[in-house]
Amino acid sequence: MNETLTQKNPSIARAGEPIIELKRISMRFRRHVVLQDIDLTIRRGETVCVIGESGCGKTVLLKLIIGLLQPSSGVVLFDGVDLAGLGDFEMSRTRLRFGFLFQMAALFDSMTIFDNVAFGPREHGLPLNPAELKKLVDDRLHEVGLPSGIEFKKPAELSGGQRKRVGLARALALDPEVMLYDEPTTGLDPIMSDVINELILQTQRAKHVTGVVVTHDMKTVVKVADRVVMLYPHARLKPGEPQIIYDGDPDAMETHPDLRVRQFVRGEAGERLKEMSNGSDNS
Amino acid sequence: MSSVNAATDTNGTVSPIARIGEQTFEFVAEFGAMAHFSLQAFGWMFRRAPRWSVLVPIFYTIGVSSFPVVAITGTFIGMVLAVQAYSQFELMGLATRLGSVINISLVKELGPVLAATMLAGRVGSSMAAELGTMRVTEQIDALAALGTNPIFFLVTPRFLACFLLIPLLTLMADFMGVIGGAVVSTQLLKVDAYHYWLHSREYVGALDLLAGVFKSYFFGAAIALISCHRGFHSKAGAEGVGRAATEAFVYSFIAILFLDFTIGIFWNTAYNAIWPDSANLI
Repeated sequence: MNETLTQKNPSIARAGEPIIELKRISMRFRRHVVLQDIDLTIRRGETVCVIGESGCGKTVLLKLIIGLLQPSSGVVLFDGVDLAGLGDFEMSRTRLRFGFLFQMAALFDSMTIFDNVAFGPREHGLPLNPAELKKLVDDRLHEVGLPSGIEFKKPAELSGGQRKRVGLARALALDPEVMLYDEPTTGLDPIMSDVINELILQTQRAKHVTGVVVTHDMKTVVKVADRVVMLYPHARLKPGEPQIIYDGDPDAMETHPDLRVRQFVRGEAGERLKEMSNGSDNS
Repeated sequence: MSSVNAATDTNGTVSPIARIGEQTFEFVAEFGAMAHFSLQAFGWMFRRAPRWSVLVPIFYTIGVSSFPVVAITGTFIGMVLAVQAYSQFELMGLATRLGSVINISLVKELGPVLAATMLAGRVGSSMAAELGTMRVTEQIDALAALGTNPIFFLVTPRFLACFLLIPLLTLMADFMGVIGGAVVSTQLLKVDAYHYWLHSREYVGALDLLAGVFKSYFFGAAIALISCHRGFHSKAGAEGVGRAATEAFVYSFIAILFLDFTIGIFWNTAYNAIWPDSANLI
């Protein structure tokens, strides 16, 4: 049974191998440096939470991983292949191995929910007849707990939580190897946030998908993370200081010697309020 | 980056000369980006055909929905031309020549420019706003993340619709303008209908009609590329999207006038080279 599962899903057979490698990545927009000399390796099957203050470059990091942004310097490797060396066609093929849940779901608002979820399979010419396509869409919507009948609605008719779940169903439609989540629980009530966290866990367990979750919701971190990476805003770093100030187990964050890590975990402003009133906060 | 650092003082303030240099580079880079964007849109036309389910709604919005407004404005322009020109022509005893003046103006200049202006205002700014909203709400990133090239999916169909349908809109503007001018001249201003049409037929030929239609292809291409480019590079927020829509119209309108001028010179030069003995028309 295990052997069959391993043959069917390469993520299980190659679990633990590096799938995403960022080597000395820097990213700047004009004069504004967002990321500086980031080294990060993500292994198959693990779920990594990237945390940090707003504006520290978490979403930029996620977009660099899938090639939506090109780094100012450094190399992004996916499964050993440098993304910068890929042409249009290869890049499109590579992106099909990813699923991306956007912060505001980014559903195509001119299309129905059915067309949104069916978009990937249709565009990439999967050999599906209409009945098979309908079954695939129904299955994906069912997996994320959405009722039948919703597929005929437009995104504007859905609540925030429903839109996020449709976004997840759309991202999972092409059975990705890696799921990227950009602040999946932002703007949702506590119950719906937990539903999304459960779905992330369920996706990881059922499909053995590698996950990168960008968040500042510590409940999400506690629930889904195998490993936590904390970024600190570049503008607030001392010269020569690394931008990743924590990389390790989620349980060890509370007792980490770095005050900045402990403050973030506990949600404490610390000296920040004083800095802001003095006008010296430049993050 | 080092050059930028060299141009800043210890407080990180940029010198005015460095800022001028930076803005010049940005201006040139913007042209380069526009050219690259246009080449990508052209390239995708030959690499893969868009699906009919994507093309048809865009063709409908750009072409069919623009027909009434182009027809109405074309009619009024023809009517206004007749009213304004009549008194002068009447004084010279050339009222029956009104037809030739109205119709040549319409088919060579006003029809194509008017149809293009209406398309830029109605469709161009709407495309920029739509694509700008898609940029701001990360829908364009979502397309790329789903392995679909956003230029292929969003720009190529809009380019094809503007490029292929603007000649029809131009012909509609020409036709309605001719009818409007004729109705006002012959029915309201009581110009002799027989001579009105006779002089029109003598002076306005198929080549004049072709000159206007030929220009319109360039106008359509410019409107589509400029508007989609502005939308793709919209800044965040309602203000950013609004600015993209405004810029789409303003830049398209400038491009229309510039193209009208340069193509007019090209057309006349070509015309004189082919028929050296003919009188130079407009």
